Amino acid sequence: MRVQLTIALSGLLALPAYSAEIDVQVQIPQLNVAEYHRPYVAIWVEGADQKALANLAVWYQQKSTSEGHGTKWLPDLRQWWRRSGRTLKVPVDGVTGPTRPVGMHALRFDAQHPELGKLPPGDYTLVVEAAREVGGRELLKVPFKWGGAGSGKAQGSSELGLVSVTSKP
Amino acid sequence: MNKTLKLATLALALALPLAAQAHKAWLQPSQTVLAGNNPWVTVDAAVSNDLFYFNHVPLKTDNLAITAPDGTTVAAQNAATGKYRTVFDVELKQTGTYRIGVVNNYVTGSWEEDGKPKRWRGTEATFATEVPKDAKKLQVGQSVSRVETFVTNGTPNETALKPSGVGLELVPVTHPNDLFAGEEAKFRFQIDGKPAADLEVEITRGGTRYRNAQDELKLKTNAQGEFTVKWPEAGMYWLEANSEDNKTTVKQARQRRLGYVATLEVLPQ
Repeated sequence: MRVQLTIALSGLLALPAYSAEIDVQVQIPQLNVAEYHRPYVAIWVEGADQKALANLAVWYQQKSTSEGHGTKWLPDLRQWWRRSGRTLKVPVDGVTGPTRPVGMHALRFDAQHPELGKLPPGDYTLVVEAAREVGGRELLKVPFKWGGAGSGKAQGSSELGLVSVTSKP
Repeated sequence: MNKTLKLATLALALALPLAAQAHKAWLQPSQTVLAGNNPWVTVDAAVSNDLFYFNHVPLKTDNLAITAPDGTTVAAQNAATGKYRTVFDVELKQTGTYRIGVVNNYVTGSWEEDGKPKRWRGTEATFATEVPKDAKKLQVGQSVSRVETFVTNGTPNETALKPSGVGLELVPVTHPNDLFAGEEAKFRFQIDGKPAADLEVEITRGGTRYRNAQDELKLKTNAQGEFTVKWPEAGMYWLEANSEDNKTTVKQARQRRLGYVATLEVLPQ
């Protein structure tokens, strides 16, 4: 009973007293390579000290192959692994999912997001890291305003294309 | 005098089969940061001049000890010793940090028998039975040496990193599987559990075959036994420190040699 009450209360507390929204676009570029595998991608929000504050998306191979389960290569997303992945129990509802094909991927997050919703409005950085089997790795950062209006973008040069963030209150 | 010196040198060489002059002993894991269900690492163990190439002798792994994240000991699998290296596998069934180490705790002796020099190496227990009580010109030494590396499956933890309190040991302040190029890492050396101050520490990056200089970093521990290293670039690094004292446990031994080696992986940003 008491436990239930605590859960109910924490649920109430988690509801932010403001509205905020970000539109994130992440481009996975077409690559002219002999052996192509879709990249593992992690998208998260970090604070000033590079502390991971919210996992937005982690795309990796969901099934096992003769080489092992898809989670075996998650540490290849080096920074994400260090900042968040290694202490995270995957899969995570609404965060982890299968790898995605070449193209532009649009994502929207608002104050209902379980982790983002707990962040006070302010300046944060969106981090996108991509690592590809038998390929390279690239990490891009785009600062954005949570709970405010603005937009920012970063252009990748190898494993990522354009990454943009548009925020509105 | 000269002969005694030679004998002493010989005894020392025997006492430190791992850190014999100029040769470097090491364990090299196939990777240090892992994830997934029961991942495996394979470890090369060798003694060589170049890092990390097998071109001298395999490292003896009789005293190999693998400490699991919960502090228990697990066994190496598929061990084999070839001409230049020993190789073994470790299945990482638990999540957390494993310490893989070879810890040698030897007693060495040299004496004269029928006018000929005799050399002996064993443990404290066998010293009493195997070395004749009336040995002439008996020279006894002790040595405690460690060759270690660390690997982590999933979330790092500290249980396996706890020092034993015997000999020269590295106590990580920065986790040994959380090392990144351009960042500083802090470690502490201790001897028998007490800070090892003013200890010289040498750190060399692997791949020495493809450069003209060792480019070793020479550091010194402070009064607390601590030192900080800023990793210049990513790579597999070899860290060594040596010391000696007279804290022997065998009463005939006058000197105790202490050695420590770790292989540490530094990842790019």
